[in-house]
Amino acid sequence: MPDIFNLQGYGHLLLEGAWLSLRVALAAMLVVLALGMAGALARLSRSAPLRVASAAYTTIVRGIPELVLLLIVYYGGTVLLQVLMELVAGGEQRVDINAFLAGTLVLGIVYGAYAAEVFRGAFLSVPRGQTEAAESLGMRPGLVFWRIRLPLAMRFAVPGLGNLWLTLLKATSITSVIGLTELARQADLIKAPTHRPFATFFLASLLYLAATALSDLLRLRIQRWADAGVRRD
Amino acid sequence: MWHGIDLALVWRSLPELGQGLVVTVELSLLTMIAGVLLSVPLGMARASRYRLLAGPIWAYTYVFRGTPMLIQLFLIYYGLAQFADVRSSLLWPVLREGFWCAVIAFTLNTVAYTTEIVASAIRNVPHADLEAGRALGMSSWLLQRRIVLPVALRTLFPAYTNEVIFILQSTSLASLVTVLDLTGMARIVIARTWSPYELFVTIGIVYLLLTYGMIWCFARVEQRLYRHLKREEAGTRVDLRLR
Repeated sequence: MPDIFNLQGYGHLLLEGAWLSLRVALAAMLVVLALGMAGALARLSRSAPLRVASAAYTTIVRGIPELVLLLIVYYGGTVLLQVLMELVAGGEQRVDINAFLAGTLVLGIVYGAYAAEVFRGAFLSVPRGQTEAAESLGMRPGLVFWRIRLPLAMRFAVPGLGNLWLTLLKATSITSVIGLTELARQADLIKAPTHRPFATFFLASLLYLAATALSDLLRLRIQRWADAGVRRD
Repeated sequence: MWHGIDLALVWRSLPELGQGLVVTVELSLLTMIAGVLLSVPLGMARASRYRLLAGPIWAYTYVFRGTPMLIQLFLIYYGLAQFADVRSSLLWPVLREGFWCAVIAFTLNTVAYTTEIVASAIRNVPHADLEAGRALGMSSWLLQRRIVLPVALRTLFPAYTNEVIFILQSTSLASLVTVLDLTGMARIVIARTWSPYELFVTIGIVYLLLTYGMIWCFARVEQRLYRHLKREEAGTRVDLRLR
């Protein structure tokens, strides 16, 4: 390897960071799917308060940069917990929020708002005739949901969710701001001791690119699987 | 220690946050302008039949869309200093500044996305429109100018609005390379007063207002662009999506 890419033995830290980034992204994706589904069902429900709550959630979250939301939750959450601790335990208390938890939650909340829109669109794309057919067969609303609406909506949600996962993978880099030693943070930490900041960030970006490129290929396969049995125009 | 919510502090820091807001707007505008100027020709080239032209542009957009903007920013801000040639070049006074590095990184990033938006809008221009133009004997440039670009402009508008909102929100990353934009200023005030909650929530509200204010403005422009269409089709509601 040419000298400009010699990371002086720090290279393995990038791989460790990449592994943590992947775990943050996977954990956040679970939150995203749960919040997204809940948000979409609330938005499509007959209850007005639920609809308003869901609309408020997606509107507010999508209007604020994720970095700022991360800082609000991390520092604001610290203050909030501190107050609670002081109320319960008395005296001055020191609280440290777990960075992994904070990062995962914030990414989950932010992209959950986008997922809610993806799921909402997917549910609306389910042809009316399909649910009517199920109802006319005497299926109860719950059964119609599980057997007809949900599986059909999932197919329409695949492209949006795939895109969301790609965005989420890249967005894990902002959790470096709250001290989580994921890929971006590791690169930031070793740029000085290696004396090769360009090589450090370049190799880090190759790792991100590998993750997004692989995910993109996987997305195509899942799309093909989800579209099996669908007529192509 | 918790002292309650200190609104007086928010009030006192408004002048500083105002300065930060100016920087945020400057970053967004410069990035938007550079982005449009570069994306339109690149998008046309990307949509062209010439593989030698479209291929390298595809590679560029693929790489920049596949990596985090934060890493692109760090690569330019910290990375370029690795090379002695860069440090001794005429451009160094510019490349040393966090602000200009942010403009360059954000532009490279948004151009990657906008190029694809432009290219896909061009590919979706109805064939009949092109045939009509050719039948009238338009040259290829005239066809581009009078038919392809105006028609493409209308279809790409919602996606571009979305992109502009992303630029606006992404400028907050500039605070991580010493730029005193809205987020950067808030962090400065917080370092002095240790009141993260008040300041971060305040700038959160400012970003929220900026975001929906911009969406409102773009919706007005869009209505003008679509004014020849039926009312139901005109001014489709802008819906923030992932890019």
